[in-house]
Amino acid sequence: MSQSCVTINQEWDIVAARHMGREKSKELNIGTVDQARIATAISELARNIYLYTESGTICFEAIEDPHHYKKGLKIIAKDEGPGIKDISKVMEDGFSTSGGLGAGLPGVKRLMDSFDIISEEGKGTEVIAVKWSR
Amino acid sequence: MRIPILKLHHYLLVSIQVDLDDQTAIQFQEDLLNKIHQSGATGVVIDLTSVEIIDSFIAKVLGDVVSMSDLMGAKVVLTGIQPAVAMTLIDLGIHLQNVPTALDLEQGLVKLRQELEE
Ligand SMILES: Nc1ncnc2c1ncn2[C@@H]1O[C@H](COP(=O)(O)OP(=O)(O)OP(=O)(O)O)[C@@H](O)[C@H]1O
Ligand SMILES: [Mg+2]
Repeated sequence: MSQSCVTINQEWDIVAARHMGREKSKELNIGTVDQARIATAISELARNIYLYTESGTICFEAIEDPHHYKKGLKIIAKDEGPGIKDISKVMEDGFSTSGGLGAGLPGVKRLMDSFDIISEEGKGTEVIAVKWSR
Repeated sequence: MRIPILKLHHYLLVSIQVDLDDQTAIQFQEDLLNKIHQSGATGVVIDLTSVEIIDSFIAKVLGDVVSMSDLMGAKVVLTGIQPAVAMTLIDLGIHLQNVPTALDLEQGLVKLRQELEE
């Protein structure tokens, strides 16, 4: 599987992105609970793009660890929106600028096995998260 | 898309069978409150057996619908939350602590009866 992407412009794209995430997880024989974790993480990332930026993409990539022991699904959420000034702040549970629960980003970190966020004010945000199949 | 709301005596029953998008969730919130108002229902069971994912937004809508219905005088019980959904909710840090829940629709009705008789 090379990269496949969903563009997030409208609300319905959130549903499309998590469907694609579930499909990709199934292809990798990821268990049903982890499928739900992946779909939920995608929903959070896609909704953030929808809410806080003009548009962005969610891309999926099948990966293998260097020793070929295990397979995983890599999710890349990328936008060219306003960016995030204080990353440590948005990673706190309960921090929201939109009256949400503020559960999204810290939640994605817990739902996935690895989580990286790069953001620059005025340039955009990129979140890369991985879930390994067990 | 509209989620059907059924009336059974003085209860309302809802079974969510679709993958909830935001618009449908908000519409459902509004429809349920209107239905409570029109029917004078005192209890509501929302069955989530077929729901495969609840993210932070949907969790907020569900939590809000419980508080709002409570304000209007109707008790809401959520039923049938799948194991995988329960696990992801905890990962999200969402505990739905003040929300009455039950294993299935039948238990939900029992719980409602108990809560309303107290
Ligand atoms: N892609 C993004 N671009 C710009 N700002 C963002 C982006 N994603 C998140 N943010 C900012 O980070 C904050 C925290 O995001 P998070 O997803 O954790 O919570 P939320 O979206 O506010 O609420 P919830 O996800 O619980 O509904 C947001 O309120 C927003 O200010
Ligand atoms: Mg969010």
